Amino acid sequence: MSDQEKANTATSRAPVSQRGHLVKMPTDGTAIGALVTVSIDGQDVKVPLGSTILEAAKQIGVKIPTLCYHEDLCIAGVCRICVVEVEGQRTLQAACAYPITSPLKIHTHTRKVRQSRRRILDLLLSKHYGECYSCFRNTNCELQTLAAEYGVDFFRFGHPDKPSSELDNSSYSVQRDMNKCILCRRCVRTCIDLQEVGVLEAVHRGDKTRISTFMDKPLAEVVCINCGQCINRCPTAALGAADPTDDVWRDINDPTKHVVIQTAPAPRAAIGECFGLPPGTPLTFEMNSALRAIGFDKVFDTNFTADLTIIEEGTELILRLHKALVEKQQVALPQFTSCSPGWVKYIEHFYPEMLPHMSSAKSPQQMFGSVIKTYYAKLNNIDPASIVTVALMPCSAKKFECNRPEMASSGYKDVDYGLVTRELAQMFKEAGIELPKMPKSDFDDPFGTATGSGVIFGATGGVMEAALRTVIELVSGMKVENLYDHANILPVRGFEGIRYVELTIPKVGPVPELLKTNKHLPFDSWDWLAGATLKVAVAHGTANAKKVLEDIKAGGKLSECHFIEFMACPGGCLGGGGMPIPTSPAIRAARAKAIYAEDAAYEVRKSHENPAVIRLYNEFLTDGPNGHTAHHLLHTTYTPRGKYIT
Amino acid sequence: MSANRKGLVTFSTIDPNAALAAAVAKTRAEIIGEVTASKLKGRGGAGFPTGVKWNLAAAAKGDAKYVICNADEGEPGTFKDRVILAEVPDLVFAGMTIGGIAIGAVKGIIYLRGEYTYLREQLESALAKRRAAGLLGPQVMDKAVAFDIEIRMGSGAYVCGEETALIESLEGQRGEPRNRPPFPVDTGFMGQPTIVNNVETFACVAAIFAKGAAWFASIGTEKSTGPKLFSVSGDCARPGVYEFPLGIMVSELLREVGGENAKAVQIGGASGHCVPSSEFTRTLSYEDVSTGGSVMVFGPQRDMLAVAKNFMEFFVEESCGQCTPCREGNAKLLEGIEMLEEGRCSAAYLDELTKLGEVMQLASKCGLGQSSPNAFLSIVSHFQDELMGRTHGLVR
Repeated sequence: MSDQEKANTATSRAPVSQRGHLVKMPTDGTAIGALVTVSIDGQDVKVPLGSTILEAAKQIGVKIPTLCYHEDLCIAGVCRICVVEVEGQRTLQAACAYPITSPLKIHTHTRKVRQSRRRILDLLLSKHYGECYSCFRNTNCELQTLAAEYGVDFFRFGHPDKPSSELDNSSYSVQRDMNKCILCRRCVRTCIDLQEVGVLEAVHRGDKTRISTFMDKPLAEVVCINCGQCINRCPTAALGAADPTDDVWRDINDPTKHVVIQTAPAPRAAIGECFGLPPGTPLTFEMNSALRAIGFDKVFDTNFTADLTIIEEGTELILRLHKALVEKQQVALPQFTSCSPGWVKYIEHFYPEMLPHMSSAKSPQQMFGSVIKTYYAKLNNIDPASIVTVALMPCSAKKFECNRPEMASSGYKDVDYGLVTRELAQMFKEAGIELPKMPKSDFDDPFGTATGSGVIFGATGGVMEAALRTVIELVSGMKVENLYDHANILPVRGFEGIRYVELTIPKVGPVPELLKTNKHLPFDSWDWLAGATLKVAVAHGTANAKKVLEDIKAGGKLSECHFIEFMACPGGCLGGGGMPIPTSPAIRAARAKAIYAEDAAYEVRKSHENPAVIRLYNEFLTDGPNGHTAHHLLHTTYTPRGKYIT
Repeated sequence: MSANRKGLVTFSTIDPNAALAAAVAKTRAEIIGEVTASKLKGRGGAGFPTGVKWNLAAAAKGDAKYVICNADEGEPGTFKDRVILAEVPDLVFAGMTIGGIAIGAVKGIIYLRGEYTYLREQLESALAKRRAAGLLGPQVMDKAVAFDIEIRMGSGAYVCGEETALIESLEGQRGEPRNRPPFPVDTGFMGQPTIVNNVETFACVAAIFAKGAAWFASIGTEKSTGPKLFSVSGDCARPGVYEFPLGIMVSELLREVGGENAKAVQIGGASGHCVPSSEFTRTLSYEDVSTGGSVMVFGPQRDMLAVAKNFMEFFVEESCGQCTPCREGNAKLLEGIEMLEEGRCSAAYLDELTKLGEVMQLASKCGLGQSSPNAFLSIVSHFQDELMGRTHGLVR
């Protein structure tokens, strides 16, 4: 077994037989070991031993339809839509699940195959309630696409004309409509196997089989972390995000409301996908114009508070380190990042005992809401009660986060609505806006200027890279470019599940003025950090988060870390549960490329150099980072929820 | 053993210890060679050559290997494994031990049907006796081979008789069949090479080592060797467990059990085939009508639609629900039967259902879905007049 396989078997609850499939065989012919030649529809193709029929077919451009198959997930082989004929086999074989171990003759569209696929579709449609034109997945539904491809022109085995189960809209984030479920179990495999949360599972047998939660409880009452990864992988509209679009329109049209929107970095790298552009086409500045065109009064960049988060979270880390190293006090280290609300709810449910490790800094979304309803309101002489803050996010969990009762320290709800990428695209379309053709315009003042560090928050490793850029410069007084080419801290980038980096502080400089504004700073020189080695790690996807937490509990290497970035979603925010559907490793990689390209294009790329952030501390948060005002408005507390919910 | 037969039932004459002694004197290759020479095929009904299966598992690489005895006797109308386990369990244990030696496994597991819980105590005590006698344990028969057997209970799901669902169940998962390949001989219990054989198959293995592969192969037909137990039920004078050589004609069997005037016989249980009286010259063998042992006799008074309905109700209930053709298809077939009952099923729709049944046979993930339409299809093809009669207002 390879290390990767061992890692998979260690925590995965996927059946043993399916775990091997998590390891992708390279199909470019570079695999060590034997190649085997198979014939597909008369065309020969050489593939590494163990490749599936589906992979072999892809290699020569033969399309085999799939439903339950998903690149990110282990193999199920349950929908049977991908069946093909293998010569010498009595029955048809599922192309997604059949490993090639000997030369085969395969036929992908014989009469048997076509008849079977068509009837399988007919059977699925006989249970799939709903008309396509009243469905939010209309034109983006895998079942609909297949029905079109296979020329479904009548319902051979009927079609339900009324719903048989109630919509579960209990959650602020994720909605379930089991009337549209076709039991492909991608959500189950996402929740159990990919995220290792385990909220969804198949219950009952035969035609009574349903996807359900523990004791059939509503989603709001189980350990769902709202990551929405299931939404991204659902082929139909059985899973969706709770949609606040109507409320947002209402407030936009209300002249007494001042409606502002902050936009996170990840959506701008992906919203083009909703308008037919390839993944990784950034539309940042077109989006600004479009947002104003549909009626938002101001358009801000969440990157501003991403930078603010870095200052607050970085200061908190330095204070923790000082406590541990100099004051010799008990303090929870490593410090965990707190920007990902899916991750926050995950640790609240599954590792409540480790909550002291969490940075108390609010996420950029919530900090922004808070700053808008205080500093911005005062600056522009607007009644905070009339301000509506909308957050454009890649993330379904942000919807839950903005509704947390503790997120109102200014006296007003920090963020009124969490809107996701898909929903904004829908609003644009409704307004007749063709986003890619919009003119470009910048963000609004006073937060206009963003930095590259804020942008890369959208990718896994981004928060860590931003934090390191700032910490290195603040402590050493050196330019980070002297250590890393173009300030690109490459070791923390990439898609490997867990990344560990050590970084020695080469020398120390003077304590910068920004920090000194905090009167309670317990030190006035960096001497105590001279020659120190900073150990950091990055994890994305809660399955990897689980591995990290278990390693820390067991006193492993990661327990020596000082700072760890966690993102609930595979790939980080760019793989968030509010992002355009579909998702795949290639799509996420393309989005990441767009984000890093945007970072490289910024003049200011370090959070502590953001002039708007410096101005905010000078004018408003005058007692400095982690000072009293900052603590009141920009920091939060957590709830140890545990796994037993009453 | 209390099976009905003229003369002594084969299994009663076998000494399990002699069988095991004969096996431990051989090399692993010789054991597998002997099983292969006997041409023994799986007694669960699928008829896979046991020697081939063992050879694959023996050749497979694994940290550990497992021998699993499938005692989840759930096929409707089958009850012969219960008799074997109750009366000659040592034959099964000896067969499993031989299998363990053959493939290099030190652990055997009996997956015992939930409804057979009452047998567990006596099976455990039989195992304890074997351990005390040195027939199980770290040194089987004082040889340098270790083997022991554990009993694990099923919980009543029919699909757990499917070998990969059985393994999932043993691993603590929902009992749902896996994708095959990889097969259990390669990736089985806990991902390790595993042989899963029926209770009767292991008993046959003991018989082969007690009496020789040549003796075994001399019974039955060229392709279906050895004696076979049949569970006979339904409209016959003498239902019960019978032993016949494989290859016996349906009519001969009916004569033995007192069911000569049968209208049809369901062979192979709910997942098997319905043989009408016009075809009673067919033989019970792997090459003709294959069965794990279930033979249900239907007398002239039986309503074949009711028979089909009974089977379909069973499959709707017992489909594990993961793959589309089986989950939805069985329900559609049952709906069709209800339409037939009410005289609402057109010939065209019946034709549609027949095609659906064929798709289920072709495209389902496991043997359950692939065989669940068998009974429906064979009843429709042999008794179409009786079924369609109702569309003309002839409902009783």
